[in-house]
Amino acid sequence: MSPAFIIIAVVTLFAAAAAMSLRNLVHCALSFVVAFAGLAAIYLQLDAQFVGFAQILVYVGAIAILIVFAILLTRSDAPANRAILAPGWMVGIAVATVVFATLGWTVLNSAGLPGEMPPAPEAKVKNIGDALMTQYVLPLEAIGLLLTAALIGAVIIAMREEPPKAGGSRGDEAEREGRP
Amino acid sequence: MTPLQGCLLVSALLFAIGLAGAVTRRNAILALVGIELMLNAANLNFIAFWRYGPHPEALSGMMIVIFSIAIAAAEAAVGLALIIAIYRHYRTVNLDEMKNLKG
Repeated sequence: MSPAFIIIAVVTLFAAAAAMSLRNLVHCALSFVVAFAGLAAIYLQLDAQFVGFAQILVYVGAIAILIVFAILLTRSDAPANRAILAPGWMVGIAVATVVFATLGWTVLNSAGLPGEMPPAPEAKVKNIGDALMTQYVLPLEAIGLLLTAALIGAVIIAMREEPPKAGGSRGDEAEREGRP
Repeated sequence: MTPLQGCLLVSALLFAIGLAGAVTRRNAILALVGIELMLNAANLNFIAFWRYGPHPEALSGMMIVIFSIAIAAAEAAVGLALIIAIYRHYRTVNLDEMKNLKG
């Protein structure tokens, strides 16, 4: 393991832990950005340039902005010294620790994991585009449909429901405007 | 410890952090962030196995990560829209206070 990987991994993990444990929600969002930028750096180290930049574009660019917007839109005037953890938090931490222990034990004890890095593959954007347009064209279309449906659904869910007006509904106005 | 094991350990720790946050934080937005962290831990596993596997030129691990990022983006958009709709109704994003199913 190279020193660069260790440094990036430590920064990523600290940022992730901070994102999950800080009290101020805006600080959490900023740590979240650092964690995902660190992950993108790990991807770049593993020769997955396209995925690394897609990660920066999607997570640091889009999802972080979305989360900041959600935090600002849902400001509550609750007192600042309230508990940030749910009542059963010790059980949650214990479950997470057990999951990590199991995964770590499995990783460290499994035989047959490749140790050496094979020569860097040809993973240029051209190859990725070729694969997306030939072998993976059906999943690509499906993901396009899913994204369209999800974004339309998100807009409809988040849209403010207008209370019905007492007099003069919209249809009347449209009729009036339509009149010459 | 080989480099692949290092990647897998980082990913396992990231998953555990995300899981702990998703189940213990009271704020719904941070629970969603925890879920995103878990998704990213899985992505890191895919990339690591793709890079250290015997056939990295097949691009399969990279493809699944690209699709997974797209699905995570859709999930975040819908999740945050739901949180905003719930906030409008209850005036809170505290998961402990959302007890009613009846609108």
